[in-house]
Amino acid sequence: MSVLVIAEHDNAQLKGATLNVVAAASKIGGEVHVLVAGANAAAVAEQASKIAGVSKVLLADSPAFADGLAENVAEQVLALAGGYSHILFAATASGKNVSPRVAARLDVAQISEITAVDSPDTFQRPIYAGNAIATVQSTDAVKVITVRTTGFDAAALGGSAGVETISAAPAAGLSTFIGREVAKSDRPELAGARVVVSGGRGMGSAENFKILDPLADKLGAALGASRAAVDAGYAPNDWQVGQTGKIVAPQLYVAVGISGAIQHLAGMKDSKVIVAVNKDTEAPIFGVADYGLVADLFTAVPEIVTAL
Amino acid sequence: MKVLVPVKRVVDYNVKVRVKSDQSGVDIANVKMSMNPFDEIGVEEATRLKEKGAATEVIAVSCGVAQCQETLRTAMAIGADRGILVQTDVELQPLAVAKLLKVIAEKEQPGLIILGKQAIDDDANQTGQMLAAMLGWSQATFASKVELGEGVARVTREVDGGLETIELKLPAIVTTDLRLNEPRYVTLPNIMKAKKKQLDTFSPEDLGVDVNPRLKTLKVSEPPSRSAGVKVPDVAALVDKLKNEAKVV
Repeated sequence: MSVLVIAEHDNAQLKGATLNVVAAASKIGGEVHVLVAGANAAAVAEQASKIAGVSKVLLADSPAFADGLAENVAEQVLALAGGYSHILFAATASGKNVSPRVAARLDVAQISEITAVDSPDTFQRPIYAGNAIATVQSTDAVKVITVRTTGFDAAALGGSAGVETISAAPAAGLSTFIGREVAKSDRPELAGARVVVSGGRGMGSAENFKILDPLADKLGAALGASRAAVDAGYAPNDWQVGQTGKIVAPQLYVAVGISGAIQHLAGMKDSKVIVAVNKDTEAPIFGVADYGLVADLFTAVPEIVTAL
Repeated sequence: MKVLVPVKRVVDYNVKVRVKSDQSGVDIANVKMSMNPFDEIGVEEATRLKEKGAATEVIAVSCGVAQCQETLRTAMAIGADRGILVQTDVELQPLAVAKLLKVIAEKEQPGLIILGKQAIDDDANQTGQMLAAMLGWSQATFASKVELGEGVARVTREVDGGLETIELKLPAIVTTDLRLNEPRYVTLPNIMKAKKKQLDTFSPEDLGVDVNPRLKTLKVSEPPSRSAGVKVPDVAALVDKLKNEAKVV
């Protein structure tokens, strides 16, 4: 039995999600190898080699992998698939993009967003926006899995695996990368942040959303938003926390002006401590909050900033 | 160019499902069923392409129990021209659905297939990508904008950290995200018209596809519940709790 973990990276930095996936891989057992498919990504392979529990890093370097196009990355994974019993991706936008292509070509079911490993063929995964947990057993020879990063504590650093350069799979030639609009921010990444401050429809406007900035600054937090706030144009789409957005589990989650729809709770209810600020005393968010403050957010948020 | 739009019948997004006491699954008897919201966005997008003259025909496909006919009628009320039902009582998993859709795609030869990025029941987020791989087509998942050009589609995708734009060679697969469009309300005249549209039914055997599940569900349980905490009277009390009780700031 051996497990292949597909590294998540931007060709320069290994993303933290990879550490959580390696942790899941270690629970499955057997040797853990990490594939870095990138362009000029030797630095990423170097970082991956330091993850505890990893015995080998495979580096496939090619311009075809520069932008993570699903068709190209899937070909690279498929070129290696024969040697592994399990192939693991992070359940991130890029992992979810590539993984089912690999599973389909291997003619195996994919097991999406696992949150626990019961045995090498049995896993737990949330369904219905986390309102139920299914325990599923795979009957396939190869298990293709995406890992919900909040389900596994990040693997430690301190390893010293060897890096092996492998030949890159040819580009599929089906799609072309055109451009990227990535919001530049000094704040931590939403998915892995220790503290998240999120705003909802109660914020009222994109302009008003800015009152969360000082609070996020003070707490060193990432900013998030409910779907209602994103749909209303108050916040960018990549801030969305929820069933169909990002799943987060920070040490502290501060929900401001968020009512607490099921699909939002699905994205944050595994946070360690939840604070809710809402003027509606009946808001469902208070049903999951450790500390609820019934107050007008426009007066409460600046007061919290001052008091911290 | 034909556009194919697969649609799934799921528990309505407003329903909070309950786990059955014998842990065999969730109780979906007598709950409201609807079209998966992401699929509805797909039908709307395909309909708009037809209204703009970029598509010639929109074909809705659903795989599942006989009642999926209702989902197909909804798709036709939004604007699909006809429907195809692959009817079976077997529990369909994404791999099996992708195989069924592949056969339909080979028959119908669409230039574009638009699927929802995930179904809100099993939250799998697989079918579109699997179908693309099986057909050897390009894909753009989590689309927030689709523009058609000569033999290509330019798609803006919602990714971690922002947006990215890629260009696909047609035929291609697109999966929808929430911001792609806002589906129209279906009107009564359109519901009446949809009832007269063509709906063909096949079985998985007709299509030569083995749909037996590959994942066995051993049990379905309640998630660990999170109990409500306390309401604090004011900001000072909140900050005190965070500092001294929870020790998170």
